[in-house]
Amino acid sequence: MREIAFRDALNEALAEEMERDPDVFLMGEEVAEYNGAYKVSKGLLDQFGPRRVIDTPIVELGFAGLGVGAALAGLKPVIEMMTFNFAILALDQVVNHAAKARYMSNGQLSCPIVIRGAGGAGGSLAAQHSQSLEAHYAHVPGLKVMMPATPKDAKGMLKTAIRDPDPVIFIESEVLYGYKGEVPEEEYLIPMGKGEIKREGGDCTVITWSRMVHTVMDAAEELKNSDGVDVEVLDLRTLRPLDKDLIRESVKKTNRVVVVEEAWPWASVGASVADFVARDLFDWLDAPVGRVNQRDVPMPYAFNLEPLSLPSVERVAEAVKKACYL
Amino acid sequence: MADTETTVQAQELDGELAATAREELGDERILEMLRTMVLLRRFEHHAGRAYQRRKIQGFCHLYSGQEAVAVGSLSAATMEDYIVSHYREHGHALARGMEPKAVMAELFGKVTGCAGGKGGSMHLYDVERRFMGGWGIVGGQIALGNGMAFAAKYREEEAVCIAYLGDGAVHQGIVHETLNMAQVWGLPLIAIVENNEYAMGTALERVSAVTDLEKKALAYDMAAETVDGQDVFAVYDAVKRARDRAVAGEGPTWMDIHTYRYYGHSMTDPATYRTREEVDEVKDLKDPIVRLSNWMIAEGMATQEEVDAIDDEMEELVKECVAFADESDQPDPSALTADVYVEWNADID
Repeated sequence: MREIAFRDALNEALAEEMERDPDVFLMGEEVAEYNGAYKVSKGLLDQFGPRRVIDTPIVELGFAGLGVGAALAGLKPVIEMMTFNFAILALDQVVNHAAKARYMSNGQLSCPIVIRGAGGAGGSLAAQHSQSLEAHYAHVPGLKVMMPATPKDAKGMLKTAIRDPDPVIFIESEVLYGYKGEVPEEEYLIPMGKGEIKREGGDCTVITWSRMVHTVMDAAEELKNSDGVDVEVLDLRTLRPLDKDLIRESVKKTNRVVVVEEAWPWASVGASVADFVARDLFDWLDAPVGRVNQRDVPMPYAFNLEPLSLPSVERVAEAVKKACYL
Repeated sequence: MADTETTVQAQELDGELAATAREELGDERILEMLRTMVLLRRFEHHAGRAYQRRKIQGFCHLYSGQEAVAVGSLSAATMEDYIVSHYREHGHALARGMEPKAVMAELFGKVTGCAGGKGGSMHLYDVERRFMGGWGIVGGQIALGNGMAFAAKYREEEAVCIAYLGDGAVHQGIVHETLNMAQVWGLPLIAIVENNEYAMGTALERVSAVTDLEKKALAYDMAAETVDGQDVFAVYDAVKRARDRAVAGEGPTWMDIHTYRYYGHSMTDPATYRTREEVDEVKDLKDPIVRLSNWMIAEGMATQEEVDAIDDEMEELVKECVAFADESDQPDPSALTADVYVEWNADID
């Protein structure tokens, strides 16, 4: 199978959905003439013209709100946030408007918007540009949240997000844009709310998503070699709604769970996943639910400090061993 | 008790604008406008009373005094136009032609309400009439309106979006982000500032570096004007011209429409920040219903008796709305978890 980069997989998803549905348009900072800050929208202006690929002024709240209004009027906006650090400025339109429209109108309104862009640490970007903020969105009823880990998932999930009738927050790990992987030539969709077992194993389930899938895969390989531990890697892919069935299935097999996320530990998605596992699967557990997170501090700039903060292969391996009483 | 009987000294409407509007709209439409304005007044009177009886709870912001803004502006709109408003929106909803019973029932939190009881006073919707909601975060709705104007232009519809905001919203960043984009892209947005002089309890001049709000549009090189919001034909005329420009592709318009609210900010506001004399003076001199009915009587379009009869009729109609709302059922408990999503393939808990 052909291999393409994560950013190009996203680009294909956008192009295919814009080709398929004339109501889909892309709006954001630098998406058109600059071809995207991360080149996700490369070539789309040439292909679809300035009516559908639109550069904005730097007003995250303003163009998010425009997108929400356009969605309420029946269009299918894809709003690019250069990074989700800046999407904080748009939270009012996302939380107070997009997420509430359907409910407050008693089902009269739908808000089929996708708000997508880079999230997580990118490498020496310091505290304001390195945040994993998915919990902010996953907390809110009315929103759906997707975070792909591979080029194949990125393409199939973005196409699903664009077709979804509800507001979808789609966060792309900044360090994955150049990551290459197999992507089918033919059209496919990755369903909303469905995770995937990225590696099968019988000893311990590691639940994770986005960039951390790769860290966990490396840790799993190392644990196999060093201790003969078979780790099952469960990539949630969608954080809201949560694929509880897949978690149940895996945990009933392994009886041990570690939750690994790039975000901070307190009040996080991982905390809620651990809470679900502890309450729903208590009788199936042979050890307390383990967790690995970014350290509970703002991200430092210094080259040696950032890796100390992020979850590492070593910290994941340590947590798995602890869950396995090794 | 009828507000229409109060005074003989009210200011006259702008005669020229009234004459033009009469030519354009015809006597029947103008009579209907008067009826709608009286409906709004009676509706709010009874909404206030129902609030005092705790039939309506939460926040409730009454529109009385501002009737000419809703009725004048929406008389210039077509049913293809998108309407989006703030939380003082009972008047806009009714002026858009929404069923008064459904609006009152929504205030009562009943299943027969226009949002099934899930929206309440601040969140009225009738998407079939393109009444796209009352929204509760000050200024947020203008961004939605910009998106609706964008959609109208994107689909090449002959439609505009009329977005209402209060003078308190004018300082929000979202308003300025929105105006800039609307002008850059020539969107058919008509932003109507219902300038009733007070943002909750804060007088405009206390918090605005520029009190002539029309000037806010200068920074965006946007068409703008100041309008007498107590003269229904002045509002109609200004919005009609703005609409003509917008559908001709000439872009958005910003309007500072001067009006006044008779009640406090919300039902819990005793309005101690202004004097009784100030309120009475507006009621005596500038009441939009009295000014319209005086003009109609002077023009021979109606008699005082006919105007009084409209008042009685609307009073009865609103009483029926209250009875309907009172007798309607509350939403079924199953409504609690309905319509969070269109599609949701997981359990709620």
